[in-house]
Amino acid sequence: MPDGLTLNKIIAQKGISIGEAAKRVADLGWTPSYVQEAMTFPTDYKIKKAPRDPMKQVLRSYFPMQEEKDNRVYGALDAALRGDMFRNVQPRWVEWMKLFLAIIPFPEISAARSMAMVARLAPGEELRTGFAMQMVDEFRHSTIQMNLKKWYMENYIDPAGFDITEAAFGRCYATTIGRQFAEGFVTGDAITSANVYLTVVAETAFTNTLFVAMPSEAARNGDYALPTVFLSVQSDESRHIGNGHSLLMSLINDPDNHLLLERDLRYAFWQNHAIVDAAIGTFIEYGTTDRDKKKESYAELWHRWIYEDYYRTYMLPLEKYGIKIHHDDVSAAWDRIVKKNYVHATAQFFSVGWPVNFWRIEAQTEKDFEWFEHKYPGWYAEYGDYWKWYKKLSVPGETNILFNTETGYVYPHRCWSCMVPALIREDFCYDEVDGKIYTYCSEVCRWTHKVAFAAEYEGRPTPAMGRFSGRREWETCYDGWDLADAIKDLGFVRPDGETLVPQPHLIFDDSKMWKLEHVRGHTLGSPLIHFRSLSPEGREQAAAEYRKGFKINPCP
Amino acid sequence: MSATGEQAPAVHSGAAGAAQFAGWDSRKFNYFEPKGRKASHYEDMTVDVQPDPKRYLLQDWIISFADGTPTYSESWTKAKSSDWHRFRAVDQEWERTHYQRQSTIVGMLNNVVENGRRSGAPKRFDRAWIKVLADHLGAFKHAEFGLGVATMQAQRYGYSQMINNAILTNSSYKLRFAQDLTLYLSEIGLDIEGIDQAAGKQHWLEDPIWQGTRHAVEAIMGADDYLEQYFATNVIFEPLVAELFRSGFIMQMAAAQNDFMTPAVVSSAEGDFERNLANAVELFHTLAIDEKYGDHNRGLMQAWAGRHGKFALDAAHQLQPIWSQPRVKVAQFNDALEAAKNRVRAIASEIGFDVRAAIGG
Repeated sequence: MPDGLTLNKIIAQKGISIGEAAKRVADLGWTPSYVQEAMTFPTDYKIKKAPRDPMKQVLRSYFPMQEEKDNRVYGALDAALRGDMFRNVQPRWVEWMKLFLAIIPFPEISAARSMAMVARLAPGEELRTGFAMQMVDEFRHSTIQMNLKKWYMENYIDPAGFDITEAAFGRCYATTIGRQFAEGFVTGDAITSANVYLTVVAETAFTNTLFVAMPSEAARNGDYALPTVFLSVQSDESRHIGNGHSLLMSLINDPDNHLLLERDLRYAFWQNHAIVDAAIGTFIEYGTTDRDKKKESYAELWHRWIYEDYYRTYMLPLEKYGIKIHHDDVSAAWDRIVKKNYVHATAQFFSVGWPVNFWRIEAQTEKDFEWFEHKYPGWYAEYGDYWKWYKKLSVPGETNILFNTETGYVYPHRCWSCMVPALIREDFCYDEVDGKIYTYCSEVCRWTHKVAFAAEYEGRPTPAMGRFSGRREWETCYDGWDLADAIKDLGFVRPDGETLVPQPHLIFDDSKMWKLEHVRGHTLGSPLIHFRSLSPEGREQAAAEYRKGFKINPCP
Repeated sequence: MSATGEQAPAVHSGAAGAAQFAGWDSRKFNYFEPKGRKASHYEDMTVDVQPDPKRYLLQDWIISFADGTPTYSESWTKAKSSDWHRFRAVDQEWERTHYQRQSTIVGMLNNVVENGRRSGAPKRFDRAWIKVLADHLGAFKHAEFGLGVATMQAQRYGYSQMINNAILTNSSYKLRFAQDLTLYLSEIGLDIEGIDQAAGKQHWLEDPIWQGTRHAVEAIMGADDYLEQYFATNVIFEPLVAELFRSGFIMQMAAAQNDFMTPAVVSSAEGDFERNLANAVELFHTLAIDEKYGDHNRGLMQAWAGRHGKFALDAAHQLQPIWSQPRVKVAQFNDALEAAKNRVRAIASEIGFDVRAAIGG
């Protein structure tokens, strides 16, 4: 064979360029003249400029590319089973996947739905293919994650919690936090939700901690499946980031949009921080057994991905367009993680509430204590006794930690805005909206509910903006219920009708597992209902007391 | 592990079966009724991912639109259902099967186009046929795109994950095919001198032959009821106009014009339609036989068929002159239209509503 002759050269024939293909495909659209297009999801933004397509990919190259990615994912799952991955996987880690994978498929598919909203609003058809690909990507993510969950259920030692996953998603207090994320992508002002909240902030910033940092921790715990699936998912995100940025650029040159952009970037950044850092921070820091002091802590990961990568290189450059960036919020979020123990307080809350979870949480041990103290100096003084109590009270027959008054823990108020409880006690606040009192974890969450999600913003009518609704405080749903009855109603009981799905340990032995009888006799209550029942002076006094925080008693 | 008392036997594996305890063998999703004896993989991937306050959504939808409409609302269609979660897509698609199928089609098209071009096939197309392809297949690609846009919009509104995902894959197929036609015409254009790439859009926008079709497509895009969009797309427009043109014209005529490539390209859309149609028939059938709302739904479908049937029949009749344009005439418009009408009658019969008023008995 002559030098340099390849099969590609033999079979190659002239084709059209990628740019030309994208241009012709974009020309498929037209402006209807016989019938106006269907009701568009509303927005208060003005979009005059057609967004550009940064990727210039067409569907015929997209589908084979995705199929190839899938082949790698499913091949790796098969290989993991053949390599007996589950023999060496850390149950402490997989248990948290019961929560994570219950949440994430709905936000993913919501992102697919949101593509209908932005595709209809965006002028021109150049970005249509980008939106269409993202729509199918999100369909991919939602169902590939359901597949992973099923795979864990079939192969992991304790399937309880995986088997009820979508029912649990609808009922658990923790999954509601994830639903705030998902509904935020598709409800209210279409640009606020589907562009700023979803693509500009959630996908551009926080998927890095979700889909890059978390898989690394999974691998450290013997779980090679999660990285395989989620790094493949993350490889689609660059397209979504491109879509979001392109639409943002078509809005940003119109000064009329600046006030709303400032509002939405502020709301979206803070709420993404509050939700994602609470959940993913806990999974990474408390779901791991790897205590290598050389590895990055969640705080260090956050600094790399959110502060350096997103804030400095994505958010700050928006200032040159005249958008006010709330630098103070970024600093405040950082302080909440490194100075105010946001992640540690969240993990503490998840574990206090273990009887109403649908996964197991085991106690942190001496080895964990040492790592936490190394990464977060002062941690042991704050949380050491708590985790000793947790371990002590993990035995059936003890009063469960949620109702055990010996520990000194004070059950928190829930934030009406981000739905995470008000765990940083000194930042707790409350306010009246439409004649009712609501509680919040922070000033920005109070602002989000009262000021941002309203019919007017700084004197400008915002008729398209959404509203918070529903029974947002989970505890309201079970106010006055016996704990055992609430757990039954939640469906968090194993097939024997007695043993709880959640357990405060990783002992796979019936004789050590908690049953309904062990938790009966305690009445759940709603902090919000109680707080609203107080007089104004009483509320002020209760708030002052709450802000003082609590001290965990020494564990004997 | 426990702080006090007797230590449990240590388990050294996280694998299924390493220990037996309450729930150790509960290895199936247990929160929905499978359609068959056992849940299909599609059902496991799909059912209940979009929650519903009537099922497990304890705290209700937690964000609403300004007027109080929740994140998902049953009021987004005039159709009514006793159980929106009963429907299962017949094609059972989830992401893996969707990519496999789309990718297989792309591979088939690439082979046809590459090998056809390598053999010099486009140069041997009849000259009159080349103009038909440029003008009319070029115009038709916009109709396919319009259906893709309409279904992309519609997939936001459905009240269950099964409905929305079926509409989503429908959109994906339509948008891919619109692009397939665009790129196919561009590529054979490299081998055929003088083929006008802009002619298709011009005909779509201005040629009286295509204005009925454009009107029908815009009526679907403009419908404010997502199930009306899905119904009009698959039950009315596809058989009466799209299939009429694809099967009744292109696929029957092409071979006689020395063109073996175009039918292969267009055949992919016929395969797509069979699946989209099967899903749509299943959904509308469940609504037509709904124990509580069947009468209402059948009436609604008749109304939809009346409205969109009129647009589609007008469109079909306006396309008639195209059948005269190829040099070698091997198919008759009237035969094709009659076959299309029969197809709609058969579909309506499967769904269970009366379509006679819309297209005749």
